Amino acid sequence: MIEARSLTKVFQDKKRGAVRAVDGVSFRCDPGHIYGLLGANGAGKTTTLRLLATLLAPTSGGATIAGYDVVAQPEMARANLGFLSTATALYGRLTAREFVDYFGRLHGLPEDMLAARREQLFVRLEMNEFRDRRCDKLSTGMKQKTSIARVLIHDPQVMIFDEPTTGLDVMTARTIVAFIRECRERGKTVIFSTHVMTEAEKLCDRIGIIHGGRLLAEGTLAELRERHGQNDLEDVFVQVAAQAGGAPS
Amino acid sequence: MSLRNIGIVYRKELTDSLRDRRTLISTIVVPILLIPVMTIGLGVFISGMMRRAEHDVPPVMVLGGEDSPRTVQALEHLPAVRVVPPSADFAQRITSKELRAAVRIPPGFDSSLESGEPSRVEIYIYESDMNSEVAGSKLQAFFLSLRQRTIEKRMAERNVSMSLLRPFEVTRENVVPQEKVSGAAAGALLPYLVILMCLTGAMYPAIDLTAGEKERGTMETILTSRVSRTHLVLGKFLLVLTTSLVTALLAVSSMWISSRIAAGMLAGQLSRNAPAAQLHLALRAGDLVVVFLLILPVAVLFSAALLAIALFAKSYKEAQSYISPLMILAIVPAVASLIPGVELNVRLALVPILSTSLVSKEIFSGTYHWTLIALIFASSCLYAAIALFTAVRMFQREDVLFRA
Repeated sequence: MIEARSLTKVFQDKKRGAVRAVDGVSFRCDPGHIYGLLGANGAGKTTTLRLLATLLAPTSGGATIAGYDVVAQPEMARANLGFLSTATALYGRLTAREFVDYFGRLHGLPEDMLAARREQLFVRLEMNEFRDRRCDKLSTGMKQKTSIARVLIHDPQVMIFDEPTTGLDVMTARTIVAFIRECRERGKTVIFSTHVMTEAEKLCDRIGIIHGGRLLAEGTLAELRERHGQNDLEDVFVQVAAQAGGAPS
Repeated sequence: MSLRNIGIVYRKELTDSLRDRRTLISTIVVPILLIPVMTIGLGVFISGMMRRAEHDVPPVMVLGGEDSPRTVQALEHLPAVRVVPPSADFAQRITSKELRAAVRIPPGFDSSLESGEPSRVEIYIYESDMNSEVAGSKLQAFFLSLRQRTIEKRMAERNVSMSLLRPFEVTRENVVPQEKVSGAAAGALLPYLVILMCLTGAMYPAIDLTAGEKERGTMETILTSRVSRTHLVLGKFLLVLTTSLVTALLAVSSMWISSRIAAGMLAGQLSRNAPAAQLHLALRAGDLVVVFLLILPVAVLFSAALLAIALFAKSYKEAQSYISPLMILAIVPAVASLIPGVELNVRLALVPILSTSLVSKEIFSGTYHWTLIALIFASSCLYAAIALFTAVRMFQREDVLFRA
């Protein structure tokens, strides 16, 4: 389970002064569900997810990942978390197997369990063909599979995806989308951010619209459509942002 | 503190670095190849220059001497020089290196040798030009020998013993053991080289493991794993320290071997002026162990400081520009230790790098000031601890890790 409570992050900017990148964001996502964080570029999606992944510390408010507090128990929170984004690159000089093993070991897996999990994942993701190839020699699709194996190696309860399909070709993006669905089917708690409305419509059980660092609307797709009298999620999104005082960029 | 996680990070960074061409070049190839090339190359170059200067028959000019045919003829028959016809522009020709030296024979020189009248021979050279100095020395040697023969002849004519001219002898002798003499030569250069190598060996991996990771996008990946940031930085630090020490050790071994080869080459050339023993490093294992222990905190200081600085940068290039001033800051004290007269005292013992360089110099020459050694070790450890603490703190700062 993921729970964010009045999560706030203020950055000090030399030119702009104090910037509230995330402003009192609260939501909850239960196991077996996908929560979509929908927002334009710079809306605060990445910062929110980085706060949940303990990469950044909140200025105020808090969150729990699988019951572990992100501020008080960041290591335990990360132990139950798989984080994937287009910014999480691979170590180019390691092979796919070495890369996955490295993260498995850091998550404290004993060697026999690590080997069993790795073999299982490599079969499932069809990675055996390139398992001993260096990551910098892999195609984009192979790299994505290796990243997926990396986030699954310790079998986390919670998965966070930060714009996971940005910049990917259709086929690779489909692999990722299928993988996110599979995570839900396996009972994992999934949160993912996107600015692609169709992706959110297809995948999410609940959607939160974030704009200017604030969570402006939240609900199931049906609830949002009904509440805002719009059939199309994009129209809902534009209306919410306009009501907040500015169209999304 | 989990040593297991630090070990996992260290092993991964080691594998990664061993596959990185740039790290291999800076850690292994540079000390192994560059130092012998420099040392032996320099030896070959100097010995070649000296051999050429000694074997060359330089053109020299004899000015005057029209009434002293005996001396002029003897000069013309001298195999070591080639006499060219006199001209008034001899000074310009020496300056343009067309002519190596000239000698002015005063009027009536031959007859003054017979009569005993005092006279003065002048030799003109291009000072600091090795070829000209060698030519001048050859001319000077000829006239000194002529003077000696004239003295001997005059004394014999007057039935006076030569010993009358030498009432006593003056000799100069080295009472310091040979290890101190060679230690002074080795001790001056070696710590400087080791300190420099510790720094250059640590530089590339320190950038690659911090700014390089940020640039390649793997920093975020690793920070989302379970490993704590302290364990992560300590694992990275140990790898940088390893490369720093490996580079320094390879540099010392390489210098030791190549200096022996270079000494062998120069021995023949310099045997008349300097004992060849001064050129090779007569190092004792005990000294090396103590010096290694003293260098260790300096390597820690470099590795941690480089990590902390490079982490601040967003890219490899930016990190290089931050690190350049540190290079100068570290090299200046190391060079300062080479200045003659800079001797170790309590105040200098507190100056990082310089103190280690100076004390190593003393140790190699067999002098152990244990109080100062302890003070230097303690102060170096303190500086190293501060640098390591700073590096660990830097890894906790999100404004550094995610600097936009």
